[in-house]
Amino acid sequence: MGMDTPSATRSPSGLARVLRRVDWQTFTPLLGLVALFVLGALINPVFLSPNNLLNVLTRSSFIGIIAVGATFVIIAGGIDLSVGSMAAFIAGAMILAMNRWNDDIASNVLVILLGVALALVLGLVAGFLNGFAITRGRIEPFIVTLGTLGIYRALVTYLADGGTISLELGLRGTYRPVFYGYVLGIPWPVVIFAIVAVVGSILLHRTRFGRYVQAIGSNADVARYSAIRVNRVKTLTYVIAGVCVAIAVVIYVPRLGSASGSTGLLWELEAIAAVIIGGTALKGGSGHVWGTIVGALLLTTIGNVLNLTDVISQYLNQAVQGLIIIGAVLLQRGRRG
Amino acid sequence: MPDAPLLAAKDLHHAFGPVEVLHGVDIDFRAGEVHALVGENGAGKSTLMKCLSGYWQPAAGTVLLDGAEVRFRDSGAAEARGLVLIHQEFNLADDLTVEENVFLGREIARGPFLDKRAMRVRTAQLLAQLDTHVDPRARVADLSVSDKQMVEIAKAVSREVRVLFMDEPTDVLTGAETEVLFGLIRRLTAEGVAVVYVSHKLDEVMTIADRVTILRDGHHIATKDIGTTSEHEMARLMVGRELADMYPPKEIRPDAPVVLEVRDFQVPGSVVSASFDVRQGEVLAFAGLVGAGRTELFEGLLGLRPGHGTVRLRGQPLRLRHPEAAKQAGIAYLTEDRKGKGLMTEMRLRPNLTLQALERYARPFLDEAAERAALETAQHEFDIRAARLDVLAGTLSGGNQQKLVLAKIMLTTPDIVILDEPTRGIDVGTKREIYFYIAELARQGKAVVVISSELPEVIGLAHRVVVMRSGRITGVLDPSRMTEEEIVQYATGLKDEGDGYGHALGDAVA
Repeated sequence: MGMDTPSATRSPSGLARVLRRVDWQTFTPLLGLVALFVLGALINPVFLSPNNLLNVLTRSSFIGIIAVGATFVIIAGGIDLSVGSMAAFIAGAMILAMNRWNDDIASNVLVILLGVALALVLGLVAGFLNGFAITRGRIEPFIVTLGTLGIYRALVTYLADGGTISLELGLRGTYRPVFYGYVLGIPWPVVIFAIVAVVGSILLHRTRFGRYVQAIGSNADVARYSAIRVNRVKTLTYVIAGVCVAIAVVIYVPRLGSASGSTGLLWELEAIAAVIIGGTALKGGSGHVWGTIVGALLLTTIGNVLNLTDVISQYLNQAVQGLIIIGAVLLQRGRRG
Repeated sequence: MPDAPLLAAKDLHHAFGPVEVLHGVDIDFRAGEVHALVGENGAGKSTLMKCLSGYWQPAAGTVLLDGAEVRFRDSGAAEARGLVLIHQEFNLADDLTVEENVFLGREIARGPFLDKRAMRVRTAQLLAQLDTHVDPRARVADLSVSDKQMVEIAKAVSREVRVLFMDEPTDVLTGAETEVLFGLIRRLTAEGVAVVYVSHKLDEVMTIADRVTILRDGHHIATKDIGTTSEHEMARLMVGRELADMYPPKEIRPDAPVVLEVRDFQVPGSVVSASFDVRQGEVLAFAGLVGAGRTELFEGLLGLRPGHGTVRLRGQPLRLRHPEAAKQAGIAYLTEDRKGKGLMTEMRLRPNLTLQALERYARPFLDEAAERAALETAQHEFDIRAARLDVLAGTLSGGNQQKLVLAKIMLTTPDIVILDEPTRGIDVGTKREIYFYIAELARQGKAVVVISSELPEVIGLAHRVVVMRSGRITGVLDPSRMTEEEIVQYATGLKDEGDGYGHALGDAVA
């Protein structure tokens, strides 16, 4: 083809160009978080104490880890409503299994490791089933995961016989540090959250798989015509979501040592909210893991700040969260035209 | 024809960000004329139309309607004054009926309730006026593309249109449908409507237009009465230089080995049976009317839709269940639907280019520097013209989008290249570049299949032509029989030799 001179034009001023090209709206969630920190510090100096900040991070970790998985699902153009009840089911099954194994196996650590392995396998299988039904059955993700939401919630209530499944006390003592313990002064949940975030970010932005996820969310037909295994990639996003749920459960169980029909209630909405606040489009195609992390931190920080002040009742926590979600999407709309 | 212009633009400028795309265009449109706008992709035709019909605010300059300066807040304001643009991508609500679409936003009501009967009667009148058989109660989603266009026109006419802007209206139409459209245009102009007609098809411009304005790189080059110009002159003015031969010379290779053998291939609902060979170093064209099953045949072969039959690649049996298998077998397919299936229009050029060959840039983590280098190479090799390399793919002009998709599929280094309508909706200069590229691929020993509905292109490029009709091959023509008349006879069923492999007289797909 013709070898004419390339006609890419360069605008004259380098700095002006860079400033213009920075997508400021991408950073609005981060600016919101900074603003919330300033507000928190002004309201109550306790807010900035290391203990309180670590507390915020620890509390963010459940939703944050689940939201990292949800980021993949949503960028690929899907949705997963089942994560909250999936978490409850995995927690219940894990506790029951560990209690059973505890009778036969002497080592508490081994029982817990087996329990962790079971949780991960359950998360993987549950995610796969969601993805399989969506891709092979060609059913809307909203419908499939609405169905599994009900199924897992019912299963955990059934397993608990309407009550609570509790981890045996001996195991609880051994397992406890996974939530309450520290590594180099940082709580375990925060460390695990950070690892999940880094791995998720690399997977999304630095691998073929991540690029395919974005391509499918942007236009699944284009992906298919580009020789991408669309169904396989989509299913994998649900598997990732399921495994993330299992990881969140692994650090959640030692916190209370129990699971019931009300465990993980509405986590799916919090996870989706974190993803959306973080700048991922609900219709898919583009997004960042770090945005999701900021979104999860933002949601937890709101609750924390409200706890530290009398100006707004903490009962209004969800109302403030709701306003933030709507506001975040409004601020980001300009970019999506 | 009255001489006072109905609509005029003086020194119109428009820019996207820092890039100015219209550099002071003067143009006028008279009542009752068909005024064609021609130019290469990116010449500014669409931008000019959108500036005149309220979609975009011109950066500078004036627009005069009936001699008075006007500024339109949005396209709705322009439509209220009778300036209506019909898009290439239709603005119809798919799930509503024809009549609901025609009156969308201006429903006739009696008190608080819709007067459905009045709207149906009025819609039926409009459609009858347009000589179409479309049922006012049909759901738009169930209509053919050409019927959708008729609905768009009916909608415009119902709004008492004074200037009708049409962007490549015949791209999606068959020959007969084009005739209907032309009849309609003539009736509208007889009633004093000005029709602004953007097209790449210069023969159509010669047929339908009264005047033609040539744009190049955002500049007004010339406005001519159609009687005083020719296709050749228009093409020359568009490109800005003499166009040498449109088609490259063909190298004849009679004895080249067969690369791809297809026997009795069937695609449910589209292809009854097709058998053919593709040879190394040849350009094999697939001609036929829209709906003959050509795209479906190759999508079936490549695993993009269900299909079955015997396929051999260099003598070895080949079964392609998924496009990924086709890629591994060295077969690449360029879709006819570049915006819907070829490009992620909301993503940048780089991820679009490397999407199909991404494994080359994963070691194991994506090497963005290598991807950027590939983009720069492709930009040079294919002469992709973009304001910057980090723009979104959807902002490129049609021809540059096509070059990007072509670069994308060629990145997989295929041996067999299947190009489906490779020059649809692109300008004459870019077409010629693509023709020479296709010939070069064949010269390098690749097997090239070109599916095309443009007969001059088929004849200009192909070593052999396969003609399809209603899901069957009706003839395979060698150069001695490659004329437009001959191809049309096979495409319409006047002649039928079958594919020469025994399934000649199967039933046609209904």
